[in-house]
Formats: sequence, C-alpha cells, structure tokens
Amino acid sequence: MRGQGASAPAPLSPAHIARPRGDSLALRVIAPVMRLVEIPMVACQRLLGINRLAWVFLAPNLVLFGLFAFLPVILNIAYATTGGADVLLADRPYVGVRNFALLGDCANYLDPNSCREDKFWRAVWNTTWFVTLQVGIMVGFSLLTAIILNREIRARGFFRAVFFFPVLLSPVVVALIWKWILQREGVLNAFLDWTGVGGYNWLVDADWAFGWSVFLSVWAHMGFYTLILLAGLQAIPRDVYEAATMDRASPWRVFRRITLPLLSPTMLVVLVLALIKGVQTFDEVYAFTGGGPGTATTFIIQYIYEEGFAGAPRLFGLAAAASLLVAGVLVVLTLVQLWLNRRSANG
Amino acid sequence: MGRTLAFLTATRGGARLHWTDWASYSYLFVGVFLMFFPVIWLVLSSFKTEADLQRYPPTFLPYQQQTIMLDGHADPLPLFQITDGEHEGKILAQLRRVGLRAQMVDPADPETRLTIDIADRAPVERFTLATENYTDLFGRFNFLLYFWNSTFITVTATLIMLLTNSMAAFALSKYQFRGRTVVLLLVIGTLMIPQTVVLVPLFLIVTELGMFNSLWGVIIPGAATPTGVFLLRQYMLTIPDEILDAARMDKASEWKIYWRIILPLSAPAIAVLAILAIMWRWNDFLWPLIVLTQSENFTLQLALNSFQGELQTQWSSLLAMTVLTLLPIAMVFMFLQKYIATGIASTGGK
Amino acid sequence: MTNLKLFGTTALALTLAAPAMAQEIRFMCYSDGNECEVYDDVLSRFEAANPGVDVIVDVVPYQAILENLPVQLAAGTGPDMAKITDLGGLNQYYLDLTSHIDTGYWDNSFGGTLGWYRVGERQGYYGLHSQLTITGAFVNATLFEQAGVALPGPTATWDDWAAASRAVAEATGTPFPMAIDRSGHRVAGPAISYGAQYFDADGNGSFAGFDAFAEAFVGWNNDGTFARDVWASQGGATYQDAAQEFINGQLVFYYSGSWQVGRMDSQVGDLFDWQVVGSPCGPAGACSGMPGGAGIVGFEQTQHPEIVAAVIDYLAQEDVYAEVAARTRNLPAHLGVASKGVQFEGASPAAQAALNAFAADLPDVSPIAFAYQGYPMNRAMFGITVERLSQAIVGELSVADAAARMGDDLAAALAESK
Repeated sequence: MRGQGASAPAPLSPAHIARPRGDSLALRVIAPVMRLVEIPMVACQRLLGINRLAWVFLAPNLVLFGLFAFLPVILNIAYATTGGADVLLADRPYVGVRNFALLGDCANYLDPNSCREDKFWRAVWNTTWFVTLQVGIMVGFSLLTAIILNREIRARGFFRAVFFFPVLLSPVVVALIWKWILQREGVLNAFLDWTGVGGYNWLVDADWAFGWSVFLSVWAHMGFYTLILLAGLQAIPRDVYEAATMDRASPWRVFRRITLPLLSPTMLVVLVLALIKGVQTFDEVYAFTGGGPGTATTFIIQYIYEEGFAGAPRLFGLAAAASLLVAGVLVVLTLVQLWLNRRSANG
Repeated sequence: MGRTLAFLTATRGGARLHWTDWASYSYLFVGVFLMFFPVIWLVLSSFKTEADLQRYPPTFLPYQQQTIMLDGHADPLPLFQITDGEHEGKILAQLRRVGLRAQMVDPADPETRLTIDIADRAPVERFTLATENYTDLFGRFNFLLYFWNSTFITVTATLIMLLTNSMAAFALSKYQFRGRTVVLLLVIGTLMIPQTVVLVPLFLIVTELGMFNSLWGVIIPGAATPTGVFLLRQYMLTIPDEILDAARMDKASEWKIYWRIILPLSAPAIAVLAILAIMWRWNDFLWPLIVLTQSENFTLQLALNSFQGELQTQWSSLLAMTVLTLLPIAMVFMFLQKYIATGIASTGGK
Repeated sequence: MTNLKLFGTTALALTLAAPAMAQEIRFMCYSDGNECEVYDDVLSRFEAANPGVDVIVDVVPYQAILENLPVQLAAGTGPDMAKITDLGGLNQYYLDLTSHIDTGYWDNSFGGTLGWYRVGERQGYYGLHSQLTITGAFVNATLFEQAGVALPGPTATWDDWAAASRAVAEATGTPFPMAIDRSGHRVAGPAISYGAQYFDADGNGSFAGFDAFAEAFVGWNNDGTFARDVWASQGGATYQDAAQEFINGQLVFYYSGSWQVGRMDSQVGDLFDWQVVGSPCGPAGACSGMPGGAGIVGFEQTQHPEIVAAVIDYLAQEDVYAEVAARTRNLPAHLGVASKGVQFEGASPAAQAALNAFAADLPDVSPIAFAYQGYPMNRAMFGITVERLSQAIVGELSVADAAARMGDDLAAALAESK
C-alpha cells in the first residue's frame, strides 16, 4: 500500500475505466496533492475501517455545511421566536409563536383584506399562481426546446448557446432590458404602433404586469432547464428510436411512448428544482415591477425581504417566521413530488 | 443567400425536409430572436451616452447628434435638418434656442442668422459609439484589482466546493453507514431556505469567525452549497459498484478509488457543477455586499452596483461594466458547454 | 502558489488592520453623482496637513448604506464614518463630536439640521449635513409657451397647477400633465399643505389629517392629471422617479427635488426650457416642500474618535464646505455658505437659477416638515405611505381602507421598535 501512493498509475482493472479523453491533464495537475492527502487517509482507513471512513470523506463538507448552511437555519428559528427590531439575538425579547400567530391572523384566508398581515397573504396567493403558471410554461418550453435541439439540425452548438445566454445575465440587467422593451414608449409599443395594432401601457395593468413577470422569469431561466433536459434526451439510446422508426410510429406516439418515460428521471430533477426556484423567485421581478402595480407581482420572498431587510423597522422575527412557513410548504411539495414519481415508476 | 438557406435547411442526413424540420427551424429562429435580441441590444446600449439612454422611443443603435465647428464660435454647434418652411431640406447649425424659435445659420454662409420654428427641425444624428463609457471605468476605480478579487474568489471557491462536495457525494453514494439518510435529508432540506433570509445569521457567524472584510469570508461560506452535493451524488449513483470492488481486490485504498476512479468517471457532472459554481460566485452580489466593505477587497459586482445611488443611477457606466463582467463568464460557458450537454444526462438517473 | 501568497497577505493585512495602522480611517460613501470623488479629493488635502492619517473613501452602492450598514454597526464591524440618509434612525451608534469641535461655530452654521441627528436623550453634535435637498416642482416652460398658458404665480395652489398643466397637456398633445416621484418623502410636503399633521399630541408619528391629500392624489391619478405610470406601475416601497418622462418633454409639471437639477441640466440640454417653481400651496394654508438630504457621521465604534471628529470638522469648515457644495452641485446646509450664495461649478444659467429657486423656497418649509425629516421613524412612515397609497390608486383598497391600514401599520411599527 505505502509504495503504491508514490509510484506511477496503479493497475486498477483498466477494463472498467473508460476515462474520458482530455481529463488526464486535469488529473495530472491534481495528482501531487491527492497523493499527499493519501498518506493520512490510508492511516484513517486502517484505524476506522472502510464504512466508518465515510465520515472522514463527509467531514470537510459537513463542517462547512454545519457552520454556513445549517447553523444559520437554526439561528433563523431563534429569530422567528423573538420580537423587536434589534439585530443581535441577545437583545431580542422572546415572544414564542407570536410571529407565526400574526401571520396566521386571518378572518378568511382567501381574502387578504381580512388578514392582519394582508401583504403576506397577497404574496402567498400571488406566489401560488405564479409558480403554477411559471413552472408549467417553463418546463413545457424547456422540453420542447430540448427536443428540437436534440434533432439532427445544423449549428446545434450555436442554438444551444443562444438559449442558455440569458441565464448568465444578472437579475437587475434582465429586468432593465425588459423594462426598456415594455415601457410605455418602449420597443414593443413602437412596433405595435407601426403594425397599426396600437401600443398598450403594459406595466400599469395588473394582469399584464403579472403575465410579463411570468414571461420574464421563464425567459431568464429556461436555458438552464433546457440544458438539463437536453442532456437527459441524449442519454436515451439511439436504437430505441430506430426501432420505432422501423415500426412507422408517429412522432407523437414516439414522444409519448419512448421519450417521456425514459426522460422521467431527468424530469424529476427539473420539476423539483423548478418548483423550489419558482417559489423563491425574487430579484428579477423585484427589479422589474417592484412587486406592482399595487401588490400584483409581490411574491413571498419580496415580502420577507421588505419586512426583514429593506423596510423600517426591520422585523427579522416576522421575516424569519415567514421563511420557515415557506420552507415547510416546500418540503411537503418536494416530498409529494418524490412520492408521485416513485408511484408512477412502480405502477 | 440561397446557399445559406440550403445550408440551414438541410438535415444532417442530407434527406429532404420533413414538416417537423420546418417547424423546428421556425421555432429556433423565433427563439434566437426572443433570447438573443435583448442581449445584443444590451451590448449596443452600453455604447450609448447617458442622455441617449433616456430618450423615447429607445433606438436600437447608439446615435449622437452631429456637430460642426464654425469660426467665431468656441463650442461645436449642433446640426439640424430643416423639415418644413422656407429653408426646407437644408442642414443648418443652431446658435441658440429661445422658446419656440431657434436661431440658426447655414454653415456655408455663417454670417446670416435665420430664425426657425423649432417644430420644423430635426437633429442630424449619426451612428457613434460612446466608448468613453468603457474607458472612464478604468480611470474611475482600480478595475484590475477588482477583477483579480473576483477571479480569486471564483476560482478558489469553485475548487473548494468541487473537492468537498465530491468527497461528500462519494461517501453518500458509495457507502452504507448509519446516519446516511439523515445527512442526505439535511442537505436537501437546506435547499428550501432562500439565501436572502439567512443573510443576517450568516453574517453574524462569519463575523464571529473573524472573516469579515476578508475575501475568505466570501469564499468559504460560498463553498457550502447543498445543490452541488445533491447533483454529484445523483450522478455517482450511476457508476457501477463492481468497479469499486475490483479496485478493492487490487488493494487500492479508498482515497485512491475516490480520486483515480470516481473523480474521472464523474468528470461530466463535475464540469456541470464547475460552470454553475463559477457563475454563482462570479455574479454573487448580496453576500459580498455585506461582508466586504473596504475597497481593496471589492469585487466587480460591487463596483458595478456602486453606480446605483439613492436617487440616481448612472446607467451608461453600469451597462458598460455589465458587458465587461459578462465577457469572462460567457467565455467560460463557451468552453465548458460541451461537457454540460453530456454531463447532466446521467445526473437525472438514479 | 499565488493563492497561498494572497492568503498570506490577507492574513497579514488582517492582523495589521487592528492596532498597528493607528491612523487609518474608513469612510463608507455612496454617490448620486460625483460626491465621493470630491470628498476623496478634498480629504487628500486633509491628509497632507495631517501626516500619518489616511482617510480611505470606500464607495459602495446605496443599498449597502441602507440595508447592511445597520447590521454591521449592530455587530460592531462598522466603518469609522459614513455618509448616511437615515439621519435619526442610526442615532444610537453616532460618535458625539461635542468635545472635539467648536460647538458655537456648528450651532451658528448648521442650526436646525443638527437636530435631525438627535434622538431622545442623545442631544450632542453628531452629523454634518453635507447636502441639503428640498422638494419642489420643475415645469416645462416651453410647453406652457406653446400652449399659450401663463405660468401660475408663486401663491398658486395644487388645484391651480393641476388645471394649468391639464390645459397645457391638452393643447400640446403631451401625454402627462403632472407627476410626482413615488416616495413617501416626496408627498410629505404636499400632504402637509393639505393638512397632514404627521405627529400626535405626544410627539409620536401619526397619519392624522393625511386623508385629504390621499383623496385628492388618488383622484388625480385616476382622472389622468397625474402620470399613473409612476405610482401604479411599481409595488412595495420601491422608489420610482419621472425624470425620464420630463426630460423627454412628455410631462408638463414634475414634482421632485433639488437633486434633479444636475440631471436636467445635462440631459434636457436644448430640448426645451425648464424652470423650478417651488411647492404649490394647499387648502391647509401651507405651501410646504420637504427638506432632506444626506449627512456625514462618525461612529462610536471607531478606534480613533479624535481623528474622525477632526475629519468631519474639516469638512464642516466654511471654505471646504462651500467648495464641496459647488463641485457636487448640492444646496448647502451651512447657513454662512448659503447666505453668501454658491457659484455651482459647471452649471448652466438655467441650473444656477433652478438651484437658487430651490434655496429661496426653504423659508416656506413648514415646521412639521422639518420635524418629520428628523423623526427616527420617518423611514417606516415613508414606506407605509407609498405602499398603501399605491394600493388605493390601483384599486386594491379604497382610500378609507388604505388610510385605516396606514394607521395600523404605523401602530405595529411603533410597538415593535420600542
């Protein structure tokens, strides 16, 4: 064992290792470091045995994770049970579940005007509608785009890049571009005037502003999901399709019977991520409409942001309580997705 | 033209076009227009002057009014095309405007002053790039230092993240041990809390650890993201266990199995995570904004946003800066995109 | 390798930063124009006169001042000094300059603005009001000329201006007669002219008397007198101005403030003549604008209180203050500088006239407006005003419901911040 660490590549059943070309360079770069780490790791392995070694592999990540992802969430729970506008937990009085009670103080949950925290409930219902529309439309178009990009077409790399490019833009810039296009004297209205249809003041109309917010967020994130789906499609073996072509199956039938079922694991990843990210939509819509007109495009994270950070006084407690409620709903929705997926896979 | 069309419409197999091909190409061209036109417009707009950016209706190309130097006038005079009245069709230089009348001269005859109704004139404009938007940036602040800070943060955070996440994913996918499910659920659970919300608690922790106002205060918390572990773990599950067993028969240490077998086989997934991590760290704004307050530590995103004041935003500088910060990340994407397409494929599997 | 080297230097810088570099002062600054550049330049003269002192101006986005600075101060990691706008709200962290400065000079020079930085027990000398702003209206004089409508006089009411602006817009085919920035600060002056009290008998914040203005304002937004785009196309407490519409000649009367002068000057250019007409009057008898602005304060956490005080006092000196005001084209809060008048650098005659008109409007500012500007809870009240008034404009709430919600929101905010 000791000798192997320092020597040239070890003979590791080469038949199994189909190493992709081009990686050998990266491997050679990291090799000296990896060999150095190997010495203590081998010692650990002797000491702990193979299965307990897993914790050693997990350790660096768990330390980082505990400190910077898990501890903040615990502190967040502490904030949710305290009141006042102070930043430091030590200065904040304990209030129990008052923040949660405040959020839930409603005569009729369907009518935000009857709630104590009417803005929270407006945001909840806006977010519900938004996520339903946005996830549906985005996943639909991502799938369509991915299927088309998966065809035998020219300049595939170019098209792929074009659809991914908006993902790279920062939310402020995305909002700015579309504001230019949609404002009263913007490009879209100039075009509509030219065609004779006549322009419209899009962003002052609550329904249109909502619709354009959905469009904008689909525009900005579609490329990401398209790429995931495209990769999923490319993993479907060619011969399955060739068999179908032999049988003269219609394109629709091929899609229903072959593509969709074989794509379902990828679809699960896409749906879970899209749902979580959809509920967490904030920056680009906030920069685009500020949540208006009125509260028509105010979503849940904007509510949290305004209560806890941007507004005055800063009600961290209320913001933290709201964020925990959202997280709770997300956990339930994710579990439902996983359960549905498992059931359809079994059935 | 015909040849381009033939090139574009031909399928790879050289067969004749099916109607689905026509539909595909139409869809793609609409898509290119919708997805790419705004981006191109952004780039062109970054070459507009501040005043031009405010104009209604917005133009596609950057224009600036033409001016002329005439003897006896210290400043260049703006040129106008006369659209109506006695001097229709001429191009005149304007001396001044008083109310609804403008005093103008014909550049060919600078001595005679003409009075023109302001409704009868239109500015003469020509395509001009306001490159000062870009050159001013370099005089304004230490661009190279901020670029270096951004690069350092991005590269270091990405490397740390790839290493720790792949190790954790290896453990979570290839070992059976008590507590595995708990760890996995914790990882997925933290996905549910948006970053905006934990900003203040995270800030207090980082301050306690003495990383405030240090690049490491951005790098290390940035490396702790649940998405990476989840993504890599799903991919590593697809690697057959027999490979590991064979290696163990050959008395390879677990660490060696990790870096000689698992890492190379996960290269596509790692490439995916790499591009995501680079994108996240490079575009990160809210977190650096709270941790870094001293200008020698600033990143490009912080410099970019410092053009936003309380009441006014200097859009021309902000757009130029946006395009500059976009270039490196766009190139990274171009370079890594082939890996992505083959990468996430198997990540979706279980 | 380079990574390791940088880690080394960062660690080194960290250990040095604490006690060894005894004379480094961090000044967190944000710019609407060239303010931070000018401070940096002026302070380099201070550094030359005080060897060993290094004042570093860190230019940050305004968001950092508004959202992150309070958190950093609470955690004890704030800068030594900063340019801020939440004048009363951060009072608990301010460094008291009293023992370091000539208080007589400060009292004579800054008079009323010193009070904006004082809260409750803490009545020392804290802030140098570096830029004074006042709200007021810009009008497109060329459109008035084109329509043949005379400009209403200095005692004209909001109704007079609304009628005149509508007449002009109609005659010239201009899309919008009037607009006012989407900000609780901007509507405060007009609301006071309509009878808003903003304080109850005990000196606590209150929206009593705000309804009259709310009713009028919502009405104007719905009948097209005011540009709906400004208030109705945004949500939350987001700030939105109408400068772009005004610059493009699509707006007759634009109620904003003195900070817009520079922008008008450079961007309107030759398109039309514009002028500043101050704040119209309201039925309550007042013709009030709303003062405001930003100030420079030191923080108690600093390691070098005497140097921070010296830096702020240096900026407060009449000649330095006058130079900064001239170069940044801001109205001076310094009474001595104001009485002598400032020759604003690079300003056109129109801009100079506009700034003078704003300065001349200061005596009309109601005492309520002055008190409101210094009230520590005013940010909360500005936010509530914007949110609820917008909801009334777009029809999510009736004006009465909006007024009731404003009262509830304020009561909740006051209770939480006790």
